[in-house]
Amino acid sequence: MAALAGDTGGADLRVDIGSLMLANPVLTASGTFGYAREFENLINLHRLGGIIVKGISLHPRQGNPPPRIAETACGMLNAIGLQNVGVERFVSEKIPYLRGLNVPVIVNILGDSVEQYGQIAANLAGVEGISALEVNISCPNVAHGGVSFGADTKMAAAVTRAVKAAADVPVMVKLSPNVTDIAAIAVAVQEAGADSISLINTLIGMAIDVDRKKPVLANMFGGLSGPAIKPVALRMVYQVARAVTIPVIGIGGISTTEDALEFMLAGAAAVQVGTANFVNPRGAEQIVDGLGEYVTREKLTSIRDIIGALEC
Amino acid sequence: MTQYQEKASITRVERLSTQTLRLTMRSPLIAGAARPGQFIMIRPSERHDPLLGRPFSIHQATGSGTLQIYFNVVGRGTAILASARVDDELDLLGPLGRGYQLVKDAPACLIGGGLGIAPLLFLAKERSRGGHHAADDRIILGGRSRADVEPLVEDYAQFGLSLHCITEDGTFGEKGLATDLLITHPLSTDTVIYGCGPQPMLAALHGICVKSGNPCQVSVESVMACGMGACLGCTVMGHDDNYVHVCVDGPVFDARDLQWQL
Ligand SMILES: Cc1cc2nc3c(=O)[nH]c(=O)nc-3n(C[C@H](O)[C@H](O)[C@H](O)COP(=O)(O)OP(=O)(O)OC[C@H]3O[C@@H](n4cnc5c(N)ncnc54)[C@H](O)[C@@H]3O)c2cc1C
Ligand SMILES: Cc1cc2nc3c(=O)[nH]c(=O)nc-3n(C[C@H](O)[C@H](O)[C@H](O)COP(=O)(O)O)c2cc1C
Ligand code: FES
Repeated sequence: MAALAGDTGGADLRVDIGSLMLANPVLTASGTFGYAREFENLINLHRLGGIIVKGISLHPRQGNPPPRIAETACGMLNAIGLQNVGVERFVSEKIPYLRGLNVPVIVNILGDSVEQYGQIAANLAGVEGISALEVNISCPNVAHGGVSFGADTKMAAAVTRAVKAAADVPVMVKLSPNVTDIAAIAVAVQEAGADSISLINTLIGMAIDVDRKKPVLANMFGGLSGPAIKPVALRMVYQVARAVTIPVIGIGGISTTEDALEFMLAGAAAVQVGTANFVNPRGAEQIVDGLGEYVTREKLTSIRDIIGALEC
Repeated sequence: MTQYQEKASITRVERLSTQTLRLTMRSPLIAGAARPGQFIMIRPSERHDPLLGRPFSIHQATGSGTLQIYFNVVGRGTAILASARVDDELDLLGPLGRGYQLVKDAPACLIGGGLGIAPLLFLAKERSRGGHHAADDRIILGGRSRADVEPLVEDYAQFGLSLHCITEDGTFGEKGLATDLLITHPLSTDTVIYGCGPQPMLAALHGICVKSGNPCQVSVESVMACGMGACLGCTVMGHDDNYVHVCVDGPVFDARDLQWQL
């Protein structure tokens, strides 16, 4: 029998991310799902818990020169350079389709300065069809020698406050794993008013072409994603979930139901599927099915029962 | 344009030379929707390593659900595919990208170098369908050596288009580069050129067409992660200094829309 929109086989998969209510905990990660339309023939978009679109900046960005991607063991490096159409074209060209989907749409935003983050949030305020903002704080702060906003508690908090002041929807702050103490950053953004926290973004890595004696990526460094990063992501989600009281969304190498369950046991209220979308476009929907079967099989009243249920 | 994720079962494995193979699969949804010049992504493994799908041009597709790829073993993914057996299943995504825009009333010259001859079989079939081809239509198959060209000659000959073969070492057909034949046997200026091959060959082809004024469509390659416009990883530079994406804007482009290192 064909699955109906939102069908979870009768199991209660609903989760709340603060005031943002999701039909199930499976979201698609920014930059791995385009603007959703790319997947419309391949997956039943209505069955996703939510869709997070490619990162949007104030002005259009061309991104980095090629090669931009390199496959590595159980993962890939990307140096896309945050190519996107800019907030104006996003609202005029992409939002009308997304609005028609009847699935929560979360807009990932990025900037070069604290002011830019605030400005994008202001431009998106009042736009119908946006359920939340996800703030990518892994970007370099141009005014501070290119240090990532996400690497410093003060800068991370400043970006969070700027977005919160302008946004009219819940704000999810997406943490960078390229830091020494991720729990400290998480606490700082919570204190700055974040409604939820998602993690992890990609780990900075590198690949070398031995024959040419050159880096594989034109940008030299790229973000590592895929199954290779899952253990690191899981550890960080666990640490952050214990350090904050706001909901945590787990990301990093999730490609199966079991992966999603691991993150939820570690304390994630929801998960994002990233690189796996490239390899198996149906993967996110299969995880929704898998979680439903798990709730039924384990006779849980709700998937919420397993959030943070890790025994140690 | 609809794409499908489909499990395809292998019906035939042909080793055509020491490095090249042809796989025939049953993939009714993808084969039924495919157009010449489009490609598919094949996952070489169900496991995490190698992780990403590999792009391959559609060598042949039939309405009855048969799909073929013709490929060279260059690395891990293609080595795994080379060990596939009849009845094995492969995870496919396709048909992807924009294929060739066949211009019906103009003479055609299909020119392929090396593995670039792969997509031209499907194009030749489409061209010959319903007797649409002109008397001066041609196919040029180029390669380094005999083994790159000879195994496919019969397949290309069946469509009745005039066939020219050329190898760099002269072991099969004439001696030289595929593009040499455009100089020695010039085309009428209304001939549309459909090319596929390594970057230097396509750059040379573009150079020739700029001089001669012939319209030229080329199929290009780039590294890919998703094949469907989601990762933005497959960029090449367009003529107007804006990036284009090979998987959705191509892989077939009007050669004038791209920047070439001549
Ligand atoms: C649109 C498109 C259509 C293609 N059609 C065909 C086809 O019909 N037949 C065919 O044999 N190949 C085709 N290719 C190339 C094919 O995708 C690669 O050869 C394949 O991905 C290599 O996988 P691998 O795991 O064996 O090699 P890897 O282990 O990934 O790499 C091995 C070596 O091959 C090189 N390589 C990897 N990808 C490419 C590429 N895209 N182009 C050139 N070199 C590459 C690497 O740099 C490396 O040196 C096509 C590529 C594209 C983008
Ligand atoms: C090609 C690519 C592009 C990405 N673009 C963005 C982006 O624009 N904004 C962002 O916050 N994260 C981006 N990410 C990071 C992912 O959203 C995710 O955090 C990361 O890939 C880890 O999850 P995964 O292992 O499931 O892919 C991108 C990842 C990839 C692979
Ligand atoms: S390969 Fe992902 S966008 Fe082209």
